[in-house]
Amino acid sequence: MFLDTFHLLAANAADAGFLEKLNTDKLNLGDVIVTVVLFLILLVLLKKFAWGPLMGVMDQRAEMIANEIEQAEKSRIESKAMLEEQRQLLKDAQADAQAIVESAREQGENQREEIVKAARNEVARLKEAAQLEIASEREKAVQAVREEFVSLSVLAASKVLGKEVSEEDNRALIEETIAKAGDAK
Amino acid sequence: MGHDNPLVTWKALGLTFNLSNIMMLTITCIVVFLIAILATRNLQLKPTGMQNFFEWVMDFVKGIIKSNMDWKTGGRFHILGITLILFLFVANVLGLPFALVINGELWWKSPTADPMITMSLAAMVIVLTHYYGVKVKGMGGYSKDYLKPLPFLLPLNIVSEFASTITLGLRLYGNIYAGEVLIALIAGLGTSSFIGLIAAVFPGVAWMGFSIFVGGIQSFIFVMLTMVYMSNKVSMD
Repeated sequence: MFLDTFHLLAANAADAGFLEKLNTDKLNLGDVIVTVVLFLILLVLLKKFAWGPLMGVMDQRAEMIANEIEQAEKSRIESKAMLEEQRQLLKDAQADAQAIVESAREQGENQREEIVKAARNEVARLKEAAQLEIASEREKAVQAVREEFVSLSVLAASKVLGKEVSEEDNRALIEETIAKAGDAK
Repeated sequence: MGHDNPLVTWKALGLTFNLSNIMMLTITCIVVFLIAILATRNLQLKPTGMQNFFEWVMDFVKGIIKSNMDWKTGGRFHILGITLILFLFVANVLGLPFALVINGELWWKSPTADPMITMSLAAMVIVLTHYYGVKVKGMGGYSKDYLKPLPFLLPLNIVSEFASTITLGLRLYGNIYAGEVLIALIAGLGTSSFIGLIAAVFPGVAWMGFSIFVGGIQSFIFVMLTMVYMSNKVSMD
């Protein structure tokens, strides 16, 4: 019937009252208008109430995803920088610790040396003092022995001579003799 | 199939309306509108349920457009494509569950089982392609396309505009109308006798399922061809 209409259209194009004839022969021009108008109304309504919001949400989501990716990239770079920083800090700390240990060791070494030196000095001093003391003691002892000997000698000589030799007179003489004897020895 | 149509003529304007078509178109529009509105209430960034489905439809139509032209020129047809594919799918399957005949006049059917409606949609689409052709390329570029690839093909190019309109409309009409005719025949068999009812159950169910498939495929093809014609008119090559 539809294609018939086209034949009709071709044959009667020039006729007057052509439109009415077309309508009565089942080419319902009203339907054409209704179809297009209804479809366009549907299009506009859906654009306003359904597709617009839906597209908005989809765009929003796309934007959000892009933002998230950007954020993730940013925080990745940030954490990388932080890691690098931490690594640097750790390295510095290690170097510091190394330096501290080194300096402590050096200090200890110095201190040890100092102590040893001080001890050595002390020892030397003590030794010297002891030696001096020993020497003086010995001197004293020799002096004492010498004195004893002199008095004994004077006593013996006085006994032998039977004559009192005044100690004061002869002491010098005797001491000289003893010194001579000592030297001869 | 031999049923009359409830025609009303508006004498003052000389226009005839098929009330059945008007009713079915209105129902189709309401159904599509309600589905779309219900699906896009309570939109969320994390989509669920119907929102997922509609986002899939949007991406599907976007894919159709992208396969024909680049998105920069094709993006403006997105809404047209989505509305068209949903409208056509609903229109195609609306006539499947039953046909309503009152006083020998066919009231309930697929609106796309009527050639006037499919031809109107096809003509609307073709007019839109010409409109956007002029809008995007300017009158000069639009006119020059008729001389491509060779000037002497001008008559063929003009004929092909009409041919594509007619094929676009009649393909849809033929598929859906044939589906309804076959459903009516099977239904006629089913109501003829008890044995006929038993015999009709399996082919009836099978054909209904196939008709849903055909309805989907035809709406896809219609949108696909719309975008193909559109890209012929608007693409710069």
